[in-house]
Amino acid sequence: MNDRERILGRVRRALADVPQDDTPYEQAVPRDYLTEHGERSVEQTVDLLAENLADYRAIVHRCTAADLPATLAGMLAARGSKTVLAPPGLDPAWLAAVEADRVADRAETTPHELDRVDSVVTACTVAVAETGTLVLDGSPDQGRRRVTLVPDHHICVVRVPDQVVSSVPRALERLSPTRPLTWISGPSATSDIELDRVEGVHGPRTLEVVLVTA
Amino acid sequence: MSGTFVGMPAFPVAAHEAVNNQTLRGNLRHATHTIRGKRAKAVTEVSDWAQLREAGKRIKDHTLRHLDRYLVQLEESVTAAGGTVHWAADADEANRIVTRLVKETGESEVVKVKSMATQEIGLNEALEAEGIRAYETDLAELIVQLGKDRPSHILVPAIHRNRGEIRDIFEREMSEWGRPAPEGLTDTPAELAEAARLHLREKFLRAKVGVSGANFMVAETGTLVVVESEGNGRMCLTLPETLISVVGIEKIVPSWRDLEVFLQTLPRSSTAERMNPYTSMWTGTTDSDGPRTFHLVLLDNGRTDTLADEVGRQALRCIRCSACLNVCPVYERAGGHAYGSVYPGPIGAILSPQLRGTGSEIDASLPYASSLCGACYEVCPVAIDIPEVLVHLRERVVEGGPVTREGNKVVLKPAKGHAAERAAMRAARWAFSHPGALRTGQRLASRTRRLHPRTLPGPGSAWSGTRDLPAVPAEPFRDWWQRTQGGKGGAK
Repeated sequence: MNDRERILGRVRRALADVPQDDTPYEQAVPRDYLTEHGERSVEQTVDLLAENLADYRAIVHRCTAADLPATLAGMLAARGSKTVLAPPGLDPAWLAAVEADRVADRAETTPHELDRVDSVVTACTVAVAETGTLVLDGSPDQGRRRVTLVPDHHICVVRVPDQVVSSVPRALERLSPTRPLTWISGPSATSDIELDRVEGVHGPRTLEVVLVTA
Repeated sequence: MSGTFVGMPAFPVAAHEAVNNQTLRGNLRHATHTIRGKRAKAVTEVSDWAQLREAGKRIKDHTLRHLDRYLVQLEESVTAAGGTVHWAADADEANRIVTRLVKETGESEVVKVKSMATQEIGLNEALEAEGIRAYETDLAELIVQLGKDRPSHILVPAIHRNRGEIRDIFEREMSEWGRPAPEGLTDTPAELAEAARLHLREKFLRAKVGVSGANFMVAETGTLVVVESEGNGRMCLTLPETLISVVGIEKIVPSWRDLEVFLQTLPRSSTAERMNPYTSMWTGTTDSDGPRTFHLVLLDNGRTDTLADEVGRQALRCIRCSACLNVCPVYERAGGHAYGSVYPGPIGAILSPQLRGTGSEIDASLPYASSLCGACYEVCPVAIDIPEVLVHLRERVVEGGPVTREGNKVVLKPAKGHAAERAAMRAARWAFSHPGALRTGQRLASRTRRLHPRTLPGPGSAWSGTRDLPAVPAEPFRDWWQRTQGGKGGAK
């Protein structure tokens, strides 16, 4: 008998005493928890996102679509970034005013090469206001998971209010499990020393978020 | 200190040493009190906490009830998404599978995401024996590994170390494992985190094989979820070419939607955050993004034995948040090492004796490592009634009875150390069912009370060694009741 049969057999024997239960999954779990917490207008939801992002030490900027190229150029210049990586599907207009050298992420690019990139600019798939979370799903304007991980500075552009949802349940509805997903809430952090939060470990130590209105 | 839990003394012995260690008590008190307040605040932010907790409990119970079905479904969906599924009935088999998979890549080192399952099976030691070096990359795991220490907390395995001790370990040991600690390293947490970043970066960037666990596995979609803070998890899950995940079979949830419950309750319960900094979700492999090869090792190692216990099976609902450790008065004073297991604290006291059986001295003593105050049950985000299971396991230890070990039904003998307790209970049962004898005994005890010793003789001395004997009143209650007609008329 292989371990698969052994384990499945043990499970069935372990449950032999339990009365037959044919309650379908849909009815087995009460879903009387809230789909979102509190009532907010669209503007208030965006404000809450900004507030919660900042609470976990992300730096939040707001601008209009027309001002986005200038805003991004200004942010990269202020940081002194000499190289900037943009995923292949990022709207080229966004980086039109940027002076830093562009770097592409190719399949053969090594992690060491990514480590030498100063900044990365991406879009996102959805942002969660209640938790201050950005979700990336590897779409062409967000790139491979590694590009938002190895460089030390990540700028993420969120289209508001379209990409903003209130809560975690609302976010999951919009996401596809077949894509590789990364949920980001603030820059990397640790609580491992005396259970006290310190920002900045292995992921980008600086996370800047631009909330852009159409 | 040795890096193994084998041959640990019983909890009272280990705890006795720990409570005399002033530094340890100070470190634990500071850390647990910090997180307690923060957790309470994070939980109050969501008005539907009780409903989320109930839903989490019901999802897990439903899954466990149909675990065979969901395991098969998970296997199908992971395979369909490009992964390979392996099954391991025990720790040895899991270690053999992982070792073989690493060897097949031709590599001799792996980077690891913090994982309780691989700690439980002693994977690092098994790999080491085959010439494969496993680098722990979680900051606290790194501190434990460099310090040749044992973990003492589920979430923060180095919780017993303060910043000064961590600085000393980094200065002394980092050069042995790779990049040395920076010159003039101080003990500020930010500098210590920076030292870990520099030390581990070279390992991440060259890693070809990553080893992880998972917080959740979705049967319906084949998605695995890792919840973390530092980004070391993302590094291990996305940069290597091969990813091997070792996950306990109880980590399944049926559907994608179920994550909406646990992604709200887990971060708040563990690090007291609205959301942890990084959560990674992957389904099999993705073309040109992340590992090209993905292996999932499904681990039993005592879980099905636990599932066979009607009362104890609820321990399998555990999502390893560690909230119960942080509120436990016993854990706060004794520390994690005294529990002799990678699972310390209240959850460890019910999980270890079930996963490993109560054969060893330490496992038989764990159900007693509690004052039964119930704080653990109150904070548990999946409502595991830990006191109920503790009492159940105490009964099991004292009285013996039928249990399942490695899939076989066996009958446990009553534990030897409890003969006096059993004799006392038998005597009490006889006395309470013979009112005349009870009355005579009580009167005799009252009259001779000045002659009573302060400690019990013989086997009873173990009990009275840590407790004051109750004072016997001058008049038995039942005599007082009869004399005063139940206290009517104010008579004393």
